[in-house]
Amino acid sequence: MSGDFWFDTILGLVLLTLALATVRAQQLAAAVMIFVVFGLILAVAWARLGAADLALAEAAIGAGLTGALLFSALARQAKAESAPVSKSSSRSSWLVLLLSLMLTGILCFSLWWVPLQPEHHLMPLALEHLANSGTEHPVTAVLLNFRAWDTLLELIVLLLALMGARLVSSPMLQTPQRWPLASQWSKRLAPLLILVAFFVLWRGATAPGGAFQAGALLAAAAVVLRLNHQLPPLHWRYGWVRLIVLSGVLAFVVAGIASALLQYQPALLIHWLEWPLWLAKPLILFIELCATLAIGLTLTLLVVGEPEELSS
Amino acid sequence: MSSIVWYLWIGAGIWGIGLYGFMRGPELLRRIISLNLMGAGVFMVMVALAARTEPTDGVLHALVLTGLVVAVSATAFALALLARLLAAKP
Repeated sequence: MSGDFWFDTILGLVLLTLALATVRAQQLAAAVMIFVVFGLILAVAWARLGAADLALAEAAIGAGLTGALLFSALARQAKAESAPVSKSSSRSSWLVLLLSLMLTGILCFSLWWVPLQPEHHLMPLALEHLANSGTEHPVTAVLLNFRAWDTLLELIVLLLALMGARLVSSPMLQTPQRWPLASQWSKRLAPLLILVAFFVLWRGATAPGGAFQAGALLAAAAVVLRLNHQLPPLHWRYGWVRLIVLSGVLAFVVAGIASALLQYQPALLIHWLEWPLWLAKPLILFIELCATLAIGLTLTLLVVGEPEELSS
Repeated sequence: MSSIVWYLWIGAGIWGIGLYGFMRGPELLRRIISLNLMGAGVFMVMVALAARTEPTDGVLHALVLTGLVVAVSATAFALALLARLLAAKP
């Protein structure tokens, strides 16, 4: 038995245990904390599976920002003082367990038949044209060139989530008074996070990294600063806030129109979001920069909101 | 590469535990967390599927990356709805 085998085995069992503990924890606070730990261990598992991009994103988004969101929801829950929850009967709880086990069993059975050496006809073709995509990292190429539509729609989903959250938002919780240790810590952490974010963005062209990871890191920095009252409130009425939130989608649309116009030839079909070869790199960089700022600010607003305006 | 199958099963297991938590509850916040667990299980399956080829499949990675951001924004929206619900309760 090699070390790899044991590492994989233990990692998998730890993940399952943490997931079960999240669901079964007596107290919600414990469930949230265990979920954050689960996210971090999941990032390790993904790094193990050769997905460094995703490990970075999961650590920043899945564990970090979702954790912050859940903790603020937890504080609200405690304030509302849990309404009496109906105790489900033991019979229905057995039924739920049985149903989940059955579905998981079916899923495991069907996953057993997945071919382990898939035949990809398109992959060699895509890798061949990687040099023409304007970036050397396959994941960035897929996100911003080969399947740019996905990324554009995703930025729109992010925008819609922010709109929805703003529509239903309730008054923000009063964040507690400054805690000297936390504010000192955030002062040192934030510049580092911003630096790392832009490094990750720049590296995205050739290695794991890119707009999503960088945006999440920026958001993390902004959330830490905001929670420690070291950043002024981000009001929606400020023009620059709206502009940055919209900038991801705008950059995409502008780049799409510009490249369509540049490639225009009569009698030639123009494909939307198809970059001209010589302009691919700067266009992708431009979109990534705007998308990073948009993702960063949108996630920040989703996590910490804008207190003053909401209470009025 | 049997470790791929192992990770595929771990993904299915996480999904199943999430489903159990989602149906069992009882708190709404726990149901939202469980939905996130289900999502994590699906992502795990996709990451394991991407690891079958050398180099790893960039399309699946890109889809998971997109999914992570969509999941966090959907969670934020769900939590905003939850906060509104708690505020509306007498």
